[in-house]
Amino acid sequence: MRHARDSEEAAAALSPSPDLPLPRSIADKDLSLPNGTPVDTSSPASSSSLLNRLQLDDDLDGETRDLFVTVDDPKKHVCTMETYITYRVTTKTTRAEFDLPEYSVRRRYQDFDWLRNKLEESQPTHLIPPLPEKFVMKGVVDRFSEEFVETRRKALDKFLKRIADHPVLSFNEHFNVFLTAKDLNAYKKQGMALLSKMGESVKYVTGGYKLRSRPLEFAAMGEYLDVFALKLGTIDRIAQRIIKEQLEYLVELREYGPVYSTWGGLEVELGEPLEGVSACIGNCCTALEELSEDMTEDFLPVLREYILYSESMKNVLKKRDQVQAEYEAKLEAVALKKEDRPKVPTDVEKCQDRVECFNADLKADMERWQNSKRQDFRQLLMGMADKNIQYYEKCLTAWESIIPLLQDKPETK
Amino acid sequence: MERSREDGPEPPPLPPEEPAAEQRGRAAAMEDCLLKKIEISVSEAEKRTGRNAVNMQETYTAYLIETRAVESQTEGQCSPVDSLWRRYSEFELLRNYLLVTFPHIVVPPLPEKRAEFVWHKLSADNMDPDFVERRRIGLENFLLRVASHPILCQDKIFYSFLTQEGGWKEMVNETGFQLKQSHVKVKNPDKRFTELKHYSDELQSVISHLLRVRARVADRLYGVYKVHGNYGRVFSEWSAIEKEMGDGLQSAGHHMDVYSSSIDDILEEEEHYADQLKEYLFYAEALRAVCRKHELMQYDLEMAAQDLTSKKQQCEELATGTVRTFSLKGMTSKLFGQETPEQREAKIKVLEEQIHEGEEQLKSKNLEGRDFVKTAWADIERFKEQKNRDLKEALISYAVMQISMCKKGIQVWTNAKECFSKM
Repeated sequence: MRHARDSEEAAAALSPSPDLPLPRSIADKDLSLPNGTPVDTSSPASSSSLLNRLQLDDDLDGETRDLFVTVDDPKKHVCTMETYITYRVTTKTTRAEFDLPEYSVRRRYQDFDWLRNKLEESQPTHLIPPLPEKFVMKGVVDRFSEEFVETRRKALDKFLKRIADHPVLSFNEHFNVFLTAKDLNAYKKQGMALLSKMGESVKYVTGGYKLRSRPLEFAAMGEYLDVFALKLGTIDRIAQRIIKEQLEYLVELREYGPVYSTWGGLEVELGEPLEGVSACIGNCCTALEELSEDMTEDFLPVLREYILYSESMKNVLKKRDQVQAEYEAKLEAVALKKEDRPKVPTDVEKCQDRVECFNADLKADMERWQNSKRQDFRQLLMGMADKNIQYYEKCLTAWESIIPLLQDKPETK
Repeated sequence: MERSREDGPEPPPLPPEEPAAEQRGRAAAMEDCLLKKIEISVSEAEKRTGRNAVNMQETYTAYLIETRAVESQTEGQCSPVDSLWRRYSEFELLRNYLLVTFPHIVVPPLPEKRAEFVWHKLSADNMDPDFVERRRIGLENFLLRVASHPILCQDKIFYSFLTQEGGWKEMVNETGFQLKQSHVKVKNPDKRFTELKHYSDELQSVISHLLRVRARVADRLYGVYKVHGNYGRVFSEWSAIEKEMGDGLQSAGHHMDVYSSSIDDILEEEEHYADQLKEYLFYAEALRAVCRKHELMQYDLEMAAQDLTSKKQQCEELATGTVRTFSLKGMTSKLFGQETPEQREAKIKVLEEQIHEGEEQLKSKNLEGRDFVKTAWADIERFKEQKNRDLKEALISYAVMQISMCKKGIQVWTNAKECFSKM
């Protein structure tokens, strides 16, 4: 219901005349249908990508997408010093900032990490999407295993896509270099030299001030993020526990099926039915295995991304507080001097501008984040439901298929 | 040794494959069984406290057996219901009596005395209401199986078990039956019974393995479902801080609660399947009892044959005066001199009489054995048919349970998906 209302509002906003909205809103509603009743139920992936495309315009406030980034083709490099994985980063764009319409470079994790640091440095008022965690439990996870690399590739792909879709971050110079530079290391060194020349002034490092109280809306934002991260943490633990329980269930099921087969070997007339039950349990095992794999590979990483995302958000919020605190402190200092100058010093004015800028950026980013969060979780949870439905459907087919075998009367053979 | 094998009784031949007509005849005999005349049910269970033989306070469960004559129903009026109370130990006594009295019958087993192969959620307490209820069903099933058995149903003790509350125990004891637990080693075991015994052992081990693993499977499945219940709580808590997503999350959480609690009914139903398997686990023991009885008879037969052989040998020795084997008698005759011909004549005469007697005995034992094999094998065939039919039905009902579980799962997740899609 809520969604239908949203799309109606959107339709009303789009239509130039208030007399016209009726046929238009119906058309728009049809477009947004994939949320309620997916057009293509056979494949959740395709319906969700459709969902992405349809809602993108809405998401970018009417901006059209003109920058497409993909991360794929992981390759393992073995050197004398270290072993690492590189990923191919492909860019397609019509933007004037890029010399060519297409780029393809290879980057490794530490390059992504560098990019993220650069973005945080140069865009302190914005929410920078999180990277997947660098360190994984050593010994528990094989860093070069196919599953791990694939999970990481997905997360890195998501990271770059989120930046590419961002109205401000996507125009960042470092991002441009990351996507296009043949030799990123050369640029990194140059950047370091530049940074030391310009000194610390570029950075918004304003430590030392303490904010007395957050404005209400940001306090609410902070509270929201705390609860959100807490709940996601719980969901993450539940999901992991379910996967653990499922794997233990799988272990028992794998022993259970063959017992029927052993029994079948003792029997004459019951041989076939018992073999049938054994095979059926085997099929259920395969289905369960697939379910656990899907949950491990698709569900958990998204939860982790959002936990990290909320951490990034909290960091930006803290930075904002510091900027405001600096401004308030300066303002106070001016007031203490009790000078009769009617004008506030430009230094303080600049500070005020910075606070306002920060607030606007942060609010815009929060709104964007809320939007993509809603879409991502709708997709994620529907995916979870779909995976479970598919699992039960496979088991159902297996059990239904053995009923005729069990009913088969010996006389009719 | 060689001789005894020659003379030893050969296992009686297998009864020929039963013609279809005979099978139909047996089906007709089933029509005449007790169950056609009276209705039997175990309708109630009651916890009681009393004093036992050593005057100790004890708590037990008594079961109400109700019987009603069917015939008068056709006359348009319902006959009154007769009822009496029996406790588990009396069922045990009845079964032991049947075991001894009908050694050639695969006597239906009783439900378990103590809860076995249970998964953790189920209580192993004998007084647990669920356990008592499952045992009530099991005891009723036992009575129905005996009452529908063509031979067992005609037994008088069984009939009085159903109809005569007082003095029944004394009546059983008067029959003087004794449960013998002996183990003998026979020289010429009957291959078919050896195979059957082997089968019973294997059946027992495979079903008990199956039941053990099934209990663990149930445990794990329970875990998987119950952990999903946590989603219910966390979705609801999360929904409190969300605007657009709130409603969808809240109601999806409700469906997760439904999912989590649905496992209770599913596993309770599955316990019925486990009980059906348990009955056949215990049937394996009943099957073994018939094999044991056969072994005992075979042993008797072999002993008689051996005795006869040695007597024949003695007789021959006396007649020819040769001592083939070293014996005490040979020693004494050497030490104390030869017997007089008269003495020898008399001895031979006695021996010949004994040989004649032994031969008669062997003949009758052989006949008895043949008879036993015939009736036992017929009952085993009947049992096999019953087993195949019952287990197929049990497997079908198990598959149907799994199907319904899958359907429930699909339903819940479809509902949850609907909620998620509205977020």
